[in-house]
Amino acid sequence: MTAERDVEREVEVEYTRLRIPFGPIHPALKEPVLLRVSVRGEEVVDVDMALGHVHRGIELLAEGRNLIQTLYLIERICGICSHSHTTCFIQALEEIGGITPSKRALYLRTLIFEMERIHSHLLLLGVIAYEIGFDTLFMFTWHVREKILDLFEKITGNRIHHAMNTIGGVRWDLTPRMVEEIDAYMREVEKSVKYIHNVFMDGTVEKRVCGLGVLSYDDAVKLCVVGPTARGSGVDIDVRRDHPYAAYDELKRDFSVVVERGCDVYARTEVRILEIFESINIIRAILDRLPDGPIRPKENVFRLMRGIPEGEAISLVEAPRGELLYFVKTDGSGGLKRLKVRTPTFSNLIGLKPMLIGCEIADVPVIVASIDPCLSCTNRLIVIDQERGESNVIDVDSLRHRVRRRWMRQ
Amino acid sequence: MVICMFRLSCKSMMFRVISKGRVKSPWIFHLNTGSCNGCDIEIVAAFAPRYDLERFGCLLVGSPRHADVLLVTGPVTRQMLPRLIRVYEQIPEPKVVVAVGTCASSGSPFLGSEMVEGPVDRIIPVDVYVIGCPPRPEAIVKGVVTAVKSKFR
Repeated sequence: MTAERDVEREVEVEYTRLRIPFGPIHPALKEPVLLRVSVRGEEVVDVDMALGHVHRGIELLAEGRNLIQTLYLIERICGICSHSHTTCFIQALEEIGGITPSKRALYLRTLIFEMERIHSHLLLLGVIAYEIGFDTLFMFTWHVREKILDLFEKITGNRIHHAMNTIGGVRWDLTPRMVEEIDAYMREVEKSVKYIHNVFMDGTVEKRVCGLGVLSYDDAVKLCVVGPTARGSGVDIDVRRDHPYAAYDELKRDFSVVVERGCDVYARTEVRILEIFESINIIRAILDRLPDGPIRPKENVFRLMRGIPEGEAISLVEAPRGELLYFVKTDGSGGLKRLKVRTPTFSNLIGLKPMLIGCEIADVPVIVASIDPCLSCTNRLIVIDQERGESNVIDVDSLRHRVRRRWMRQ
Repeated sequence: MVICMFRLSCKSMMFRVISKGRVKSPWIFHLNTGSCNGCDIEIVAAFAPRYDLERFGCLLVGSPRHADVLLVTGPVTRQMLPRLIRVYEQIPEPKVVVAVGTCASSGSPFLGSEMVEGPVDRIIPVDVYVIGCPPRPEAIVKGVVTAVKSKFR
């Protein structure tokens, strides 16, 4: 009797639980990711994630190319935080080669870095506005973002992939007139961002996103989330302050780390808006105190590249989405033995599960957008052979072949 | 005989009206097949107020079944290959494919990777190539307009 009842209950559970595939091609997500969302009624019960749709094997490609080619290859890891990737890589190379860039070069790197943060955060604010159905705000935010892209174009000649970094310095310099122009643009952007902040503080937006996608402080610490996602949950971490790189050591007093304790989508949005103001402060400090000097060494880049000895280094930067880590191992003849990239979204995606469970199915896109997922950075598969000490980046198909081969042998 | 002629002319008239309507309101579906986001954000920027692709009657739609134009970005990765074919087959005829960016047009920096199947035109027929890394929004606007005007007549 009891067994029958159990079967009935199970059938009931099966009926009430629905598995909805969310993606990989979905109008709300601009990048391919597959979320398998189990729902009971409207409530999300469980989430499963499938990645790898944009896996291009960049780490493996980098091992067959020289350092300069790799520099432009890793810029194509992500179109939004391309400068963070190259800065991180170049820092590791300079550490191995013992090259110290000039002060002016470091300041210029930091300048582009902060402008990239503003552009990335504005982009995300627009996406969040779009996901909650506020198209006017989305258009306005993206219009403000165009001003930053104009500045990028004026400084580096390109809107998205700036190609600013080179070994031992940067490739483009600022003229005094450009400094004034950046200052004027920053004033305009600050005014617009204040307006955007006011709109986000509005009651309708607050009611829509408050209490959504809660990631508690304990969960955030336990799951090791980074960047604005962690700071929105009250975790006080920032690589710029904790392990200063580039010119941040001298700019320590010009910015503060924004931490919110709301733990929801609203808090994460607010962290990003306030970080834009901090970035504007940093840019102003850089323009005030821009030192004179050369921006790059006089030596040919290829000679510098060949001079980098065999060695390994780890480099950290605070990308717009959080902590970005590179492990670089050079082979001493201008090539790479191993490159390992750990992107912020890789850490943050794990935090999605506690956020999504318990929410409604209509809120899934907003919550996914609120961690600012950058999936083109994240997709990877690595198999490490401990006996031989080899590590290979392989895809699912060849993994399947391997498994099959092992089965055949048995 | 006369009635038959009349019907034929009616039909051709209707087709002409429909195809004219298609030129005035091409609906766009955007597919990311392994791009670095650079082209994707430039496509969205082309829809944003500065460049405003919507003034040509374009609309970004969520389903390939509603679309006339397919914008593909990025080199085609292994996992996205069957999905690209499926999306292409789901779009009703007549359709236009625009490859946006150097990766989609030639596969450029990712060629040689085992996980990349190659540029888009190895898998589906491409009508217009917009090159650049990433192309400017103006170039994307021009690519879409050229594709629509050349194919939907």
